[in-house]
Parts: sequence; structure tokens; C-alpha cells
Amino acid sequence: MADQVLDAKGLNCPLPILKAKKALKDVPAGGTLEILATDPGAVADFQAFCRTTGNELVEHSEEGGVYKFLLRKKA
Amino acid sequence: MSDESNGGGAINPHSMSIIVTKGSLDWAYPPFILSTTAAAMGLDVTMFFTFYGLPLLLKDLDLKVTSLGNTAMKMPMMGGHMGMPNIVSAIPGVDRMATTMMKNLIKKKGVASIDELRELAVEADVRLIACQMTMDLFEYELEDMIGGIEIGGAATYIEVATQSHINLFI
Repeated sequence: MADQVLDAKGLNCPLPILKAKKALKDVPAGGTLEILATDPGAVADFQAFCRTTGNELVEHSEEGGVYKFLLRKKA
Repeated sequence: MSDESNGGGAINPHSMSIIVTKGSLDWAYPPFILSTTAAAMGLDVTMFFTFYGLPLLLKDLDLKVTSLGNTAMKMPMMGGHMGMPNIVSAIPGVDRMATTMMKNLIKKKGVASIDELRELAVEADVRLIACQMTMDLFEYELEDMIGGIEIGGAATYIEVATQSHINLFI
């Protein structure tokens, strides 16, 4: 179970990233954030976001048009 | 090299500046999307609002879009995409209709409003600079603008640009 869950379904670029950045504030270092999104662009964007910020994209998956991302906050 | 030529202010590799020159509903998006996203990715961001970009700092945003002279503007309609001949675009009320359509699409597709993005930019400590000359030219007062902005001129921007890794003109 992730430390925090963010429902970004129905939101378009760049809102899932912006909301995730905000939600990460409440996640302890080394903790995890799960994000649910329906924006297909979020897949490439969360990868780029993590590469640039040093947070880890632990896993991502898609089911029925809903993308799930698990981020681990930089320690 | 550049460390010495810019007066000793080293370039911050995680920084971006944007000159914002357009203030229509559609053109307001690129600068605000990029500034908020860059800030979320840990960059120091500065936006310099000049000419028609300046009204994007007004407290009350009244953004409109026009299809006049915009051959690429085609709205999804009845299963296809429809543009508008200039002669129709020029008819009074058509801009208002196009603006309403665009705003409805924005809402329907979960795209942020410019108000929302601007608020997020302020929250993320994006540095907002209003061009003094434009304020004089078009007679805007500081009290018409949102709080927390700075006023500056070309030299203020150039100083920012010499220290920014990414500099965009939109």
C-alpha cells in the first residue's frame, strides 16, 4: 500500500504532474505515492519527471484506460 | 567562459526563463504549462510579461480566442474538424462564440484553466516580471495586477536570461 494515493483521473497535461508534485510534499522521504490517471501522455511524462527530479518510478501499469504509477520519493 | 562573460553569475543548469508576448486564451497556455511543469520538476522559473502577454497578469482575466487569420484553428465538430473562413470570423459575435466553444472544450477535456495554472505558478514561486514599458504604453497600473509580481525592463530580463539554462520566447 502506498503512503499516499492521488486520483488524477480525467485531468489533462500538465495537471497530473503538478498535482503529483504537490502530493509528494506529504510523502516522507523514501515513501511512496500512487497516482491514477487517464491521460495517456502521463506515461512518458511521469518517466521524464522522475528522471529529472530523482524520484523513482517504481512501476506503472494500465488497466481499462486507467494508468497507475508508483513513485518513490527521493530519500 | 560564459561564467566570466555574464558578470560572474553562473548559469544555473536547473533554470528557465520565458518571454510571454501573447495573451489570447490559446496562447496563454504554452507559457503557463511550461512554467508550472518546470517548477514542479525543480527548476527556477522566471516569466517576463511584455506587450500582449502583459494582460495575463491582470487580476481579472478576460481571455478570448479568435479564428481570424488562424487557418490551423479547427474545432472538433459533428465527428470532424471545422475551421472558419475569415469573412465569417470577422462577423461580430463570432469571437465570443469561438471563445465559448474553446472554454467548453477545455472544461470537458480536463485541461486546467489559465486562472488555475497561474495560481499554481505563483504557489510554485515562479518569478513573474511585468514589463514596465508595456505598462506605460498601454496604461496599466500595478494595482490592476495580481500580487507578488515584480516590475522590470529589458535589462532585468537579460540578467535573468544570462543565468538561465533554458530561455524561451512565446
